[in-house]
Amino acid sequence: MDDNLGYLFAAFAVTWLMIAGYLYYLNGQVKTLREDIEDFEEQAAEGR
Amino acid sequence: MQSTRQGTGRWTALTGIISVVMLLIATYMAFVYAPTDAAQGNAQRIFYVHVPMAWLAYLAYVVLFIGSVGYLWKRNQTFDRLARSAAELGFLFTTLVLITGAIWGRPIWGTWWQWEARLTTTLILWFIYLGYFMVRSYAGEPERAARFAAVLAIIGAIDIPIIHMSVRWWRTLHPEPIVINTGGPNLPDSMLLTLLVSFIGFTIFYAHLMLQKMQVEMARDRLAEREADFLMRPVGRSKNETTYPTTGREVTGASED
Repeated sequence: MDDNLGYLFAAFAVTWLMIAGYLYYLNGQVKTLREDIEDFEEQAAEGR
Repeated sequence: MQSTRQGTGRWTALTGIISVVMLLIATYMAFVYAPTDAAQGNAQRIFYVHVPMAWLAYLAYVVLFIGSVGYLWKRNQTFDRLARSAAELGFLFTTLVLITGAIWGRPIWGTWWQWEARLTTTLILWFIYLGYFMVRSYAGEPERAARFAAVLAIIGAIDIPIIHMSVRWWRTLHPEPIVINTGGPNLPDSMLLTLLVSFIGFTIFYAHLMLQKMQVEMARDRLAEREADFLMRPVGRSKNETTYPTTGREVTGASED
């Protein structure tokens, strides 16, 4: 049987790339949230 | 409150470090330490990532189920946060189990996909997760969306035992479990040890992602709560006159705890 190394690397690469993509997305959520908090604090300070 | 947040932060960092170390060791073991399977060749090593992904897809659903039951019972936002965090991770790991399974199936079965029981019921799980997000997005008011999504998650839980038992109930291409079965694990020790390290590493990584996601969801709920309080605060101009200010921002949800 052909040793199927290409399939093996593809499976590991897809797994790690998707997990990295998810971490990037999660990081984006934290960044957006931080901006929202800053916006709110500015608006709250103006409206006080 | 501050010490709870610091404690959660410490756990997040600790689980992150331990999981990275364990997953590096697991990858080394999968590629170098574990022997090459005589029948499947190197494609069999996909097992060390495919099986933990399947376990995490199940685990995430169990957490989603607990969060959904807890929310419907107590109407506490912490349960809803638990459920929506688990759903996001469950969707990720179910996608990965389907993709790694297809990549493994191609050289061994000669096809990327077969409409057989194990694969089809796992695809149904993927659609249940997708449906959960659609309900949350389109059900309107946040409390109603959380309630509808929780009901969907509880009904959808029936798919988990069906996926697990599918290889016993129907004739399928997918092999029967070789680790958890009545006669004990049917694997050489070196393969079993590699799988165990990978399993533990990915489970700790799951805990790390859950902690991170829960913190994001908690901060989002707190912000929504503060925005709602701000909008509803009375601004009195005189003794008999009260108005409510607006910030021009849309309030998307509120925390109850």
